[in-house]
Amino acid sequence: MIRTEGLTKLFNQGRNQPSITAVEDLTLQVEEGEVFGFLGPNGAGKTTTVRMLACLIGMTRGRAWINGYEVGRDDQAIRQSVGLLTETPGMYDRLSAERNLTLFARLYNVSQPAARVEKYLRMLGLWDRRMDEVGSFSKGMRQKLAIARALLHEPRLVFLDEPTSGLDPEAAKLVRDFIEELKTAGRTIFLCTHNLDEADRLCDRIAIFKTRLVTVDSPANLRQKLYGRSVVIHLAELQPDWVDLVRSLPFVREARAVENRLVIRLDDPEEQNPVIIQQLVQAGGHIQFVGELRHSLEDVYLKMIGN
Amino acid sequence: MNHIWTIIEKEWAEVFKNRMVLLTVIIMPLIFTALPVVMLYIMNSSGVAGEMSDVPAEFAALCETNLSAGDCMQIFMINQFLFLYMMMPLAIPIAIAAYSIVGEKTTRSLEPLLATPITTVELLVGKGLAALLPGVLATWACFGIFHLALWLMHVPVGVRSYVAGPVWLLAILLLGPLMAVAAVNFALIVSARVNDPRAAEQISMVLIVPLLGLLFGQIAGVITVNAQLMLISAAVLLVADIGLIYLGERLFRRETILTRWK
Repeated sequence: MIRTEGLTKLFNQGRNQPSITAVEDLTLQVEEGEVFGFLGPNGAGKTTTVRMLACLIGMTRGRAWINGYEVGRDDQAIRQSVGLLTETPGMYDRLSAERNLTLFARLYNVSQPAARVEKYLRMLGLWDRRMDEVGSFSKGMRQKLAIARALLHEPRLVFLDEPTSGLDPEAAKLVRDFIEELKTAGRTIFLCTHNLDEADRLCDRIAIFKTRLVTVDSPANLRQKLYGRSVVIHLAELQPDWVDLVRSLPFVREARAVENRLVIRLDDPEEQNPVIIQQLVQAGGHIQFVGELRHSLEDVYLKMIGN
Repeated sequence: MNHIWTIIEKEWAEVFKNRMVLLTVIIMPLIFTALPVVMLYIMNSSGVAGEMSDVPAEFAALCETNLSAGDCMQIFMINQFLFLYMMMPLAIPIAIAAYSIVGEKTTRSLEPLLATPITTVELLVGKGLAALLPGVLATWACFGIFHLALWLMHVPVGVRSYVAGPVWLLAILLLGPLMAVAAVNFALIVSARVNDPRAAEQISMVLIVPLLGLLFGQIAGVITVNAQLMLISAAVLLVADIGLIYLGERLFRRETILTRWK
């Protein structure tokens, strides 16, 4: 679906000024049907990457292929086969919602523009407002309309650049739910976002990017790589020597007490939890709950970006 | 062709909801048509015949021998308004085209548009025609109304024949569209490189200066408007148009427009 090899973008600042490196040596692959999160701080080069892959700007070095077409050689074919949600909706405010979408349906060579526009306006709950000028729409409605515009030609690959940025929680949830629907429908989604919770929920794999690619993996693997797996055992009462008892077990990587809880790092909790629980019960412990401790993606992201 | 027509429809739907553009497109032709009609009406109703000595010598020499001094005077006066008619295919397209690219930049709608499979040529031709056609059509319509008014006011046949003659026809039917093409391409080039619609319009209006030069040259008697001048001007404009179209396509850099715009 997407393949890049050493993708690099430098921006010239003018005579006698050093070039700015926006994207350096980006090599990655996104598979069909995958929701791929592209995370990075402001100015990391996420939008520049999307613009290069959507054939809006040229690359300085490297090569990239989208849906089997090569960027820089088959740009028209790539534009026809991808959908792009830009960072700002950029609608024609003086035109109605229907007219906005019809315009783009025709530019994307959709065979029956009216039917396709109706499908997406209904799908996104905007059919009743189709004749209203887009200038009168709320931010959330404009964003939904922009998403519809990106999907009108039924692209196999959709680039979503900060789809929930600046939206209130309700509107953001609507957009997220819609992305979930797209995921279920098997579309490939390249999602640039700052919203780590959103990335965690939606993405199959995540790339952490700061001008260069820092890492790529699934959210679960990223957590495990950085923090391993941890379990939390809630006890009615925690005796200090029980911590040492748990630490003495050969497979325990780390154990600490937090109030009446034991936080234990393990490699294989499914196999090792029963042994720990048995030891604690034999020592007189009254176990109330056992659960897995999940580090947030934010922890992973901050640690990676910090590095 | 479908993409080009889509862009034209979009431009018209959008631009004619912009009051500033709408005023330029409607008010200017109305004023420019009314002015010569009112002047001729006053001249005819007051019975001012005028003397041949009032007409600049260079122009008097061009008047046919069978025209009266009054007719020659009227033709001389009407010729001043010829430049107003030629201003229409300049000013109207500039008002539309100047807004065209920079307007899209301010509303951030250019990036989604450029992400579609539209080619640069299709985009520029669409935007160009959307700006050019109203200017040229308004000029032709006003010229038709002017003719009708001359007939209704019983303006002498000699004067009417002159207005339907080669000088006016070349100006309206040939020079006007050629000027409109130059105006549109110049305005699109400017519009792609500035960040403010008004700045784009003001800079583009520079194109009116040569026309004003011709107008003042004629009033001062330095330039005589005749068919030969029209044909020479048309040839110069044709070359300028080809250059501006080439330059416009070369200077329209998607990357520069998207990344340098703040």
